[in-house]
Amino acid sequence: MEWASQLCENRGLGSKMTDSKYFTTTKKGEIFELKAELNSDKKEKKKEAVKKVIASMTVGKDVSALFPDVVNCMQTDNLELKKLVYLYLMNYAKSQPDMAIMAVNTFVKDCEDLNPLIRALAVRTMGCIRVDKITEYLCEPLRKCLKDEDPYVRKTAAVCVAKLHDINAQLVEDQGFLDTLKDLISDSNPMVVANAVAALSEIAESHPNSNLLDLNPQTINKLLTALNECTEWGQIFILDCLASYLPRDDRESQSICERVTPRLSHANSAVVLSAVKVLMKFMEMLPKDLDYYGTLLKKLAPPLVTLLSAEPELQYVALRNINLIVQKRPEILKHEMKVFFVKYNDPIYVKLEKLDIMIRLASQANIAQVLAELKEYATEVDVDFVRKAVRAIGRCAIKVEQSAERCVSTLLDLIQTKVNYVVQEAIVVIKDIFRKYPNKYESVIATLCENLDSLDEPEARAAMIWIVGEYAERIDNADELLESFLEGFHDESTQVQLQLLTAIVKLFLKKPTETQELVQQVLSLATQDSDNPDLRDRGYIYWRLLSTDPVAAKEVVLAEKPLISEETDLIEPTLLEELICHIGTLASVYHKPPSAFVEGSRGVQHKRLPPRTGSGESTETPDVGQSGPSEAPPAVIPSQGDLLGDLLNLDLAPPTATVPSVQPSMQMGAMDLLGGGLDSLLGGDIGGSPSMGAGLGAAPAAMPASLGSAPAVGGGLGDLFDLGGGVGMPTGSYVAPKTVWLLAMKAKGLEISGTFARRGGIIQMDLSLTNKAMSVMTDFAIQFNRNSFGLAPAGPLQVLTPLSPNQTIDVSLPLSTSGPVMKMEPLNNLQVAVKNNIDVFYFSCQYPLSLLFVEDGKMDRQVFLATWKDIPNDNEAQFQIKDIHLNSDVASNKLQGSNIFTIAKRTVEGQDMLYQSVKLTNGIWVLAEMRIQTGNPNYTLSIKCRAPEVCPFVYQCYELVLKN
Amino acid sequence: MIGGLFIYNHKGEVLISRVYRDDIGRNAVDAFRVNVIHARQQVRSPVTNIARTSFFHVKRSNIWLAAVTKQNVNAAMVFEFLYKMCDVMTAYFGKISEENIKNNFVLIYELLDEILDFGYPQNSETGALKTFITQQGIKGQPQTKEEQSQITSQVTGQIGWRREGIKYRRNELFLDVLESVNLLMSPQGQVLSAHVSGRVVMKSYLSGMPECKFGMNDKIVIDKQGKGGTTDEPGKSELGGSGKQSIAIDDCTFHQCVRLSKFDSERSISFIPPDGEYELMRYRTTKDIILPFRVIPLVREVGRTKLEVKVVIKSNFKPSLLAQKIEVRIPTPLNTSGVQVICMKGKAKYKASENAIVWKIKRMAGMKESQISAEIELLPTNDKKKWARPPISMNFEVPFAPSGLKVRYLKVFESKLNYSDHDVIKWVRYIGRSGIYETRC
Repeated sequence: MEWASQLCENRGLGSKMTDSKYFTTTKKGEIFELKAELNSDKKEKKKEAVKKVIASMTVGKDVSALFPDVVNCMQTDNLELKKLVYLYLMNYAKSQPDMAIMAVNTFVKDCEDLNPLIRALAVRTMGCIRVDKITEYLCEPLRKCLKDEDPYVRKTAAVCVAKLHDINAQLVEDQGFLDTLKDLISDSNPMVVANAVAALSEIAESHPNSNLLDLNPQTINKLLTALNECTEWGQIFILDCLASYLPRDDRESQSICERVTPRLSHANSAVVLSAVKVLMKFMEMLPKDLDYYGTLLKKLAPPLVTLLSAEPELQYVALRNINLIVQKRPEILKHEMKVFFVKYNDPIYVKLEKLDIMIRLASQANIAQVLAELKEYATEVDVDFVRKAVRAIGRCAIKVEQSAERCVSTLLDLIQTKVNYVVQEAIVVIKDIFRKYPNKYESVIATLCENLDSLDEPEARAAMIWIVGEYAERIDNADELLESFLEGFHDESTQVQLQLLTAIVKLFLKKPTETQELVQQVLSLATQDSDNPDLRDRGYIYWRLLSTDPVAAKEVVLAEKPLISEETDLIEPTLLEELICHIGTLASVYHKPPSAFVEGSRGVQHKRLPPRTGSGESTETPDVGQSGPSEAPPAVIPSQGDLLGDLLNLDLAPPTATVPSVQPSMQMGAMDLLGGGLDSLLGGDIGGSPSMGAGLGAAPAAMPASLGSAPAVGGGLGDLFDLGGGVGMPTGSYVAPKTVWLLAMKAKGLEISGTFARRGGIIQMDLSLTNKAMSVMTDFAIQFNRNSFGLAPAGPLQVLTPLSPNQTIDVSLPLSTSGPVMKMEPLNNLQVAVKNNIDVFYFSCQYPLSLLFVEDGKMDRQVFLATWKDIPNDNEAQFQIKDIHLNSDVASNKLQGSNIFTIAKRTVEGQDMLYQSVKLTNGIWVLAEMRIQTGNPNYTLSIKCRAPEVCPFVYQCYELVLKN
Repeated sequence: MIGGLFIYNHKGEVLISRVYRDDIGRNAVDAFRVNVIHARQQVRSPVTNIARTSFFHVKRSNIWLAAVTKQNVNAAMVFEFLYKMCDVMTAYFGKISEENIKNNFVLIYELLDEILDFGYPQNSETGALKTFITQQGIKGQPQTKEEQSQITSQVTGQIGWRREGIKYRRNELFLDVLESVNLLMSPQGQVLSAHVSGRVVMKSYLSGMPECKFGMNDKIVIDKQGKGGTTDEPGKSELGGSGKQSIAIDDCTFHQCVRLSKFDSERSISFIPPDGEYELMRYRTTKDIILPFRVIPLVREVGRTKLEVKVVIKSNFKPSLLAQKIEVRIPTPLNTSGVQVICMKGKAKYKASENAIVWKIKRMAGMKESQISAEIELLPTNDKKKWARPPISMNFEVPFAPSGLKVRYLKVFESKLNYSDHDVIKWVRYIGRSGIYETRC
């Protein structure tokens, strides 16, 4: 209120208002005064009073009590006053719906005004008043305004349809406004077209299947024409809309690209980014051998670089997007490393992003420059930035082998600076370098050991301990060093405790004579004095391992470790694809799908890149559907939070409605095979990857189902399907008989046989444990190694009574699919560890994939059709199922029992075609077509899936189910 | 789309609050204040997500502008809009300050109502806006029907940036080629990165709806013409540096008045300009840049308590040209206790508050050299952390374009009115300034 008065003072108005005492009165008095002024006869006074009301409203005071008085001022020919009253109305109408109705008449009247500015103002404001009663009155004026002769009114009315739809969607449909809006796409005025497109796009978002935008080559052509003529904002609306179009073939795709490329020179960065989005998307469809494809790639680099000379906030948006583009198409910017060098005055958020991109672009060709830069950065002041720079040096070493030596020496230089956090960060990355290049740089260990005392962060301590344990034989005083850590064992974090335990055991296995005492000390600390179950378990396991079979212990604990991989922070390919479709938007800034931060239905649709249709390459890439550098199938790559994720300080809880996610929360030390990585199997965290702990837990990236947005297909094809006699009751899923998994002779008398079953949506592992030894077995526990589908025990192994000699116990272990994921060979392989009071035993078994077929795997017919077409033919696999004497109905019944759903059946020339769908627990869809010829016992099965490697296993299931 | 727009003062008090969408509540205003403006640590991102609501902010002096949304909006557009909003406000009432905003809050609400509808940006060209949103209240009432429809067709039209019927007694235009040259050089004198980002700013005072065509020594155009056999007379090198005839432009962007498709197909720059001052184009070059100055640093640590610094600067352009406003900034360690400086030219001062020696030279001709030496006394510290040695930075202004860009022509055609290209008085000026011009030491 104070500044409302200043305002009046400044303008020298209202002698009474300048009275400072006036503002010390209570709120009640204030409202009262305003009321009087609002009802004043003097126009100027009225206007000033309304201004004061608006000022109070702005600072958050409740002035709703003045509603009738303000509305009374509405009927005025003073446009400025009118606008103020409208502003007030928009704010308070909802809280005073009955009184708001008083305003309707004026609105309706204004919509007929001669002045187009007033007509537009009325229709614009009415749409913002969210009162049902008013909405009803809005329809007629809106209808007129949509066809107004003045483009300014039409463009305002177009947006008003979107407003109305937000209030009452049904009303908009009933009144036929959507059709009128569609007509406006052909309007002669470019701005009307742009606003109509914006409104339609928004409405379409809440009707995923409505085909509302109805994009076809004709409308696309109209949009492209309007694109050249409308405002910068309109261009953005149109480009964003174009991006959702799926061209029919590569030629159409190319012609759109050609007409969009000029936008790359627009001064408005958002226009440029939206154009980049369209190009990145449509490029997918162009054959790579096309000349134009190369031209386009070249054209993309300069505008992206230019974005970096924009204001810092836009640079940030651009960099987050470039980060995605570089992952998707590294070739575009591979020569532009220098522009990502950090400037001294860049804001910290720009610096961190640039650093990320620098590492992605680092290659043998530019590594010298990159390293020189990184070294420079490591001396800056911002702690986060310095840490990240040090870490980046480590990542360079791992990524570019030729540079490893220089990186290590750079890191050593940095350690010499003795800056505490630099040293700690350097040690963490050196550990990773050791794991990538074993037996190469161990000469630096001595330098590392000098810094033992300055390490106060758990991660750095754990890394250092790991190094000491791993190279215990080369460090003379390894025992002293480790012993020094042991003193404060209980004050250490779990990470350090576990590492220390393992390191000392390693040391003992390497130098058994002098370290017996030490190992006993740590074992007792871990098992007796600790209440951390992980630590105790690991302690016990080592203890028993050492006491029963030291040779085996050596084999297990000191086994060779697999190398760690180069790039660990890549965005998982399906998510990357989706994010590419969202270039320029918030999703691309957060690196999260919109469903992760948008409430309600909006934006939850998953977008995908179009499949490549080019004729030029049919066999070049088997995984064309996935496209991009996907070395592994999408579902089995553990995704990990981007290094930066947590810096954004996002408060994004994973949405409850997302598809079951298959990612583990973190990727620990690369691959851990059972033989070597006992530790990891049992819940430890030995080893590590370059990004270990870097930004973990920040990114609850959900696995996009990637099917939700499959384009609807015209009804013409729909009638091909005919379910015929329908499907009968399911007969229940097939369970294979138990087989022996673990032989008694290999497991000190414990024999395990088992099978898998899916019962009512719950996966179970049925086990029979038989004691063929002479002594009683107790303390059973079970663990799985990471596997392709994240299977993990959902509860403990319930063996309640001790297992006496020659006794057999049957147990059923419920399994979940939320465990850590790692691709196995074969895909359905499961490595299991069972322990009892005698020892730990390992075996592996294979589960039928049908275990993972979920109950809601029945696909919508239309979606099935679209998806079938969408999956490239290279992903199709054909199999023969021989000797089945069932008719198609019985077969489909049987299959349904195992959650293989028949969606449609078609009979052509005595041949039954069954179309079936299956959904796996991780959201992968499998589509199948089964051909059954009457009288022929051999069925032909065609399976299509985006992850083609599952096909043979699905086939196995078919065979199993049908034959039993 | 944008759900709401708030403007705060430095204390976090809200000055303007306009909500466009129902999903944004009043609490959003407070959420931003508490979590961003009043946050303890430095801003780590211009986009903040608080309880599933995204906030975009920019700061102008000590005023915060924040756009709020709950949807997956086009983030680049939101920032572009915020900048545009700042431009519009500046065009209406000058500097963006708390006082100006308070004094013009009614105007700002009116503007916000016009340029953002349901969160969708609408025409935001000040040229058009000023025809119907004025500080004196709308002149709306006495307007004739023709005037009204002229306004609306301009606001929605293809040439939304210019109104019809502009008349000048004297048709005149000013072209400023403003370049900022950026350099990062290693202590050994190796160019780590160098680029010029330039702008062509035009002030046009032209009558009617003139059609303009702008030409410069763009390599692609010159080469094309060279092949065609119709070479323009070879441009004489009037400016500093080398006498190259054409320059390779890495990338350029244009004001929305420029016909982009024409540029894409023919590489010709044609447009109908807005009235008054505006930025016609921006460009970037990285090849064959004339670096106006070379900085040669020499830092020697003498024991733990003394540093000797010697810096030589060399001007590298035609001797007849003069560089101005030269400033060399030599950072000093935090534990500096005293500095003695000797310089051959200009004035040098140690500024303790800025931790730097600032050496200023008013003017310097081309192909000259100057030197400064300083002795820096340090307080002994037990701080293990080494001094980061920030780079030596330089500021200057030179009367030529370091990229080598030259304006070849700017032709004006106005068919309806009675003036030709020859009648237009044209002025061209080149100014090269230092951007981030740093040499590591």
